Amino acid sequence: MATVTFEGASRVYPGSERPAVDSLDLHIGDGEFLVLVGPSGCGKSTCLRMLAGLEPVDRGRILIGDRDVSDVAPSDRDIAMVFQTYALYPHMTVAENMGFALKIAGRPKDEIRARVQDAAEILDLTDYLDRKPKALSGGQRQRVAMGRAIVRSPQVFCMDEPLSNLDAKLRVATRAQIASLQRRLAVTTVYVTHDQVEAMTMGDRVAVLKDGILQQVDKPRAMYDSPNNMFVAGFIGSPAMNLLTVPVTGDGKAHLGDFELPLPRGAKLSGDQAAVGMRPENFSLTGAGHGVPVIVELVEELGSDAFLHGSVQDDAGSKDLIVARVNPQAPPAKGELIHLAPAPEHVLWFDPATGERVAG
Amino acid sequence: MSSTTGDAVLPTTSTPSIAVIETAGKKARKRLTSPWASLIAVVLAVLWTAPTFGLLITSFRPRADIDGTGWWHFFTKPTFTLDNYREALSSGSGGLGTNFINSIIITIPAVLIPISLAALAAYAFAWIEFKGRNLLFVCVFALQIVPIQVTLIPLLSLYVDAGLNGTFWTIWLSHTMFGLPLAIFLLHNFMKEIPRELIEAARMDGAGHVQIFFKVLMPLLTPALAAFGIFQFLWVWNDLLVALTFAGGTPELAPLTVSLANLSGTQGNAWHLLSAGAFISIAIPMVVFLSLQRFFVRGLLAGGLKG
Repeated sequence: MATVTFEGASRVYPGSERPAVDSLDLHIGDGEFLVLVGPSGCGKSTCLRMLAGLEPVDRGRILIGDRDVSDVAPSDRDIAMVFQTYALYPHMTVAENMGFALKIAGRPKDEIRARVQDAAEILDLTDYLDRKPKALSGGQRQRVAMGRAIVRSPQVFCMDEPLSNLDAKLRVATRAQIASLQRRLAVTTVYVTHDQVEAMTMGDRVAVLKDGILQQVDKPRAMYDSPNNMFVAGFIGSPAMNLLTVPVTGDGKAHLGDFELPLPRGAKLSGDQAAVGMRPENFSLTGAGHGVPVIVELVEELGSDAFLHGSVQDDAGSKDLIVARVNPQAPPAKGELIHLAPAPEHVLWFDPATGERVAG
Repeated sequence: MSSTTGDAVLPTTSTPSIAVIETAGKKARKRLTSPWASLIAVVLAVLWTAPTFGLLITSFRPRADIDGTGWWHFFTKPTFTLDNYREALSSGSGGLGTNFINSIIITIPAVLIPISLAALAAYAFAWIEFKGRNLLFVCVFALQIVPIQVTLIPLLSLYVDAGLNGTFWTIWLSHTMFGLPLAIFLLHNFMKEIPRELIEAARMDGAGHVQIFFKVLMPLLTPALAAFGIFQFLWVWNDLLVALTFAGGTPELAPLTVSLANLSGTQGNAWHLLSAGAFISIAIPMVVFLSLQRFFVRGLLAGGLKG
């Protein structure tokens, strides 16, 4: 078990000006499950590969425990990795796949067999130990890839989108299995995903990256409630937060159509516009003048919830769209004019020029 | 924002294109299974095989019959003898038997040396980063442009200077040199096909270059090695030019091809010996091809990656 620390770690791919990962500072506690999340191309996989030793660290350093591993070969870092494609050795049986690292390390055969057996029991793979990967289903292959990591009992697990090749239903089940397995083994884990649902449900903490720059690291709930900037606000949560850029008048009031929302005291904007962030679940239907006037364009009924998509009505002919959760028993009809009142304590305020949160 | 719902791509209307493919396939099958197509195929097959078949029959006919009548007379007046083979194997200086052994002695190292060297070189070109790798690879590939005829005389004088003349080394080394560029190129391409993650997984598992090469790549490369092995084997076994240049003057080194050429040259039209000799020389390639072709299995990579 060990902690993992990135200290100003950067990676610049040859032939590219912009770093794929730009001076990343991140500390991961012992036994912690940290999820790196971001849109594709944000550098999250590069971070993981730097930690694993598959990419060099161009600037800064990476520590596992107190040991600087920036220039250590991948095999000497005591890290196991689960690849997105699983990368099972096709010519070896499941047992050989799982025991390969131990065999390379020259461990006695009895020990290898015992440890493979233990891991197979944890992952429910005992019946498949003599099969080749091609005779397994997608979910089983994924478990073998996990097993290959577990058998080594390494200091750190690296997982690179291990669920993205599973179908939706299996993904949800495996998500929970991996999370509980990690808690049981208490091995420090860095998990990369582009799926913010995985990030929210699995991680002890979540780190959001964009363009190689760390945006925010926090517990999932805290990240959801108080995102640092507009990117995190829009990225975390499904459906996404409504972010409307609206004019603010001199009296400190933001205008959403004919609805006025007072800017909290102390909030400083660089211009005369503010970005108002409202989660879809924080709206209630109200009468004219008490909420944002919205024409309903579409209602998505999911059974447990109904999501209303509507366009904000104002004099300037705004094209702003808004998504709100409404009572699934009696959703408004398409084309209807309704008024949505945001719960004031849940409204977040951002400066559209910088993207930073200024209040709320 | 949710990617779980975003992944649900609606099935597009692919039915028309499938239908088109199906009808095209039916059409092709119809055309290919028509009696005319079959007839043409049979005619081609017969035309193609007839000379070889004739040679085979000739090799079993007595000398007098061969000189007097064509091989097709075998069917009206069947005569059968093994004398041709007996004589071919014992004729000339030491007989074809010695040359047969020579051919084997020449061919096995001349196949194994380039394969092992090329596999190592291909690994380095495919999976080890070093300065000037691409330039070097292009140079190696470009070596194929050099016609081997150009190199023969300079090589011969180099061998004489090095004191290698009159040994099998001249032939082994020459075939290795001529085979390497293509071998490196072929094996490099096969190695590049192997997904990077597999190599990375092996590196994470603690394997070094040697272990990655032998434990992960080699088992997956068997089809490529077998394919190149067969090509190189046939090329070396059937080669006359290189053997004639480097071993033509020393009959005790000469392979089958050289003595076969001599058979027709020195003894005029010794058809009975030529035909028997030809089949002696075909025997080994047949065995090699049939025994190695089971390595041409496809889908060896199946199952290693995703679901």
